[in-house]
Amino acid sequence: MIRFDQVTKKFPDGTEALKNVSLTIPTGELTAIIGPSGCGKTTLMKMINRLEIPTNGDILIDEKSIKETDQVELRRSIGYVIQRIGLLPHMTIEKNAGLVPKLKGWSDEKTQLRVRELMTTVGLEPDIYLPRYPLELSGGQQQRIGVVRALAGDPNIVLMDEPFSALDPISREQLQKELRSLQQRIQKTIVFVTHDMDEALKIADNIIVMREGEVEQIGSPDDLIHEPANDFVRDFIGQERINRQRTFAQRKIHELTSFFSQARTSEQIAEISSTDSIETAISMLEKPNVNLLAIRHKDEFVGYIDQTSLLRAVIAKEEGGNHAD
Amino acid sequence: MLTNFIETIQSRSDLIQQAFVEHIYLSFIALAIGIAIALPLGILIARYRKYAEPVIGVTAIFQTIPSLALFGFLVPLMGIGSNTALIALIIYALLPILRNTYTGIISVDSSITEAGRGMGMTRSQILTQIEFPLALPFIMAGIRTATVLTVGIATLATFVGAGGLGDVIYRGLQSYNNSLVLAGALPVALLAISFDLLLKWVEKKATPKGMKTN
Repeated sequence: MIRFDQVTKKFPDGTEALKNVSLTIPTGELTAIIGPSGCGKTTLMKMINRLEIPTNGDILIDEKSIKETDQVELRRSIGYVIQRIGLLPHMTIEKNAGLVPKLKGWSDEKTQLRVRELMTTVGLEPDIYLPRYPLELSGGQQQRIGVVRALAGDPNIVLMDEPFSALDPISREQLQKELRSLQQRIQKTIVFVTHDMDEALKIADNIIVMREGEVEQIGSPDDLIHEPANDFVRDFIGQERINRQRTFAQRKIHELTSFFSQARTSEQIAEISSTDSIETAISMLEKPNVNLLAIRHKDEFVGYIDQTSLLRAVIAKEEGGNHAD
Repeated sequence: MLTNFIETIQSRSDLIQQAFVEHIYLSFIALAIGIAIALPLGILIARYRKYAEPVIGVTAIFQTIPSLALFGFLVPLMGIGSNTALIALIIYALLPILRNTYTGIISVDSSITEAGRGMGMTRSQILTQIEFPLALPFIMAGIRTATVLTVGIATLATFVGAGGLGDVIYRGLQSYNNSLVLAGALPVALLAISFDLLLKWVEKKATPKGMKTN
């Protein structure tokens, strides 16, 4: 478990990258940190291996402050994959992949065994690729080696800084899938920085949404989709993406604003919140003494909805009209 | 003309041989000291970049002083002799080596050094295992430039009494002996060309293997 305890980071130019952040990253899960650029997500991640030093606060790994470990030792115990891959071009793949074990002083045989095993895991035939140089490989293959290199020293924690964002869409998708299935096997604590919400939703167990140095929401992809904590999170995920991930019945009443009527057409009225789902609305309308719902948004009544208008909304959706969004 | 030239070489072979040895001696010592100063200095200013501009600037100013004038400036300070010549030659050798070492190191892709740092390499491991090998082709190119420059300028060492092939050329000029001039100039040119070719080969060898595929 990685715990951030009231961490603040101020840069010399006065910008505050992190504002009193406290959070916990669970062991053995893939946690994605996401947010617009400049939100502090990379700074947050780089603090775990002390590439960035907090101005205030502390970071604890398994309740032990990382300040107590020598920073070089700390970094050797944490895998690190960076966006621009950063393989050493003058070393063969074998040397690159075995770098951390070598720094840690492993024997050659142990290193070789480990590297070959990992190469096979990421789908690169060791005999073919180990003697090659990084520039002889495609971007996707290079980043696979980047992942091998990060895992070679058998770390418990792996940090990934937008590792797939420089790749073409096809390689990216493939590597996302591979990472997901790899993670299910190896169960490392992976901290994955990204600005791509699709990527986060696809691969992460937990997502930390950040904005301007503060955490807006922490939750599973499901939590984010179904219960966005605020408008920022909702906007950041994007209504379209939320809709894609939800069935029509899971949508919220307020998404149907254009189907609200202002006329009170019945006396058999029940009250519903605009943030309730359409599913809830239908089950309420099924009750014998209810055929109209009054919609409350916060403390105001914003309109009425009945079975007919719900039906119209369904038809509009069927016809591909998304004007309810 | 040709027979004349061959006769001159034969009759003055002692002088030419001695001058040749002196010339190589001057050039090599100057280069060795030049490398010993400029290489570490280049690495240092690549680490503390705010000092890079001033340091390179100073060596660049030295470079703009015409070589004959530099020898002239040094005589009142140092007297005549091979030390004076060496100082002048070292000054000329500094800039190409210094600038290329600096450029070589700072042009190493920052993502590579960041990866090294993130993996837990120490500063000196980053220097010796990443920055230096990747900068080596640049550094060798600088040494090559400095070598050709030094071999050429060492011809002027004769004016401060430090010998070298300049002696032969100067004597030839004074006695209107074109063959003697040639007997001095030709070896200088051959020296410069052969060092250039040799170092070009070394430079190629110094390029890390993985960098050639591009």
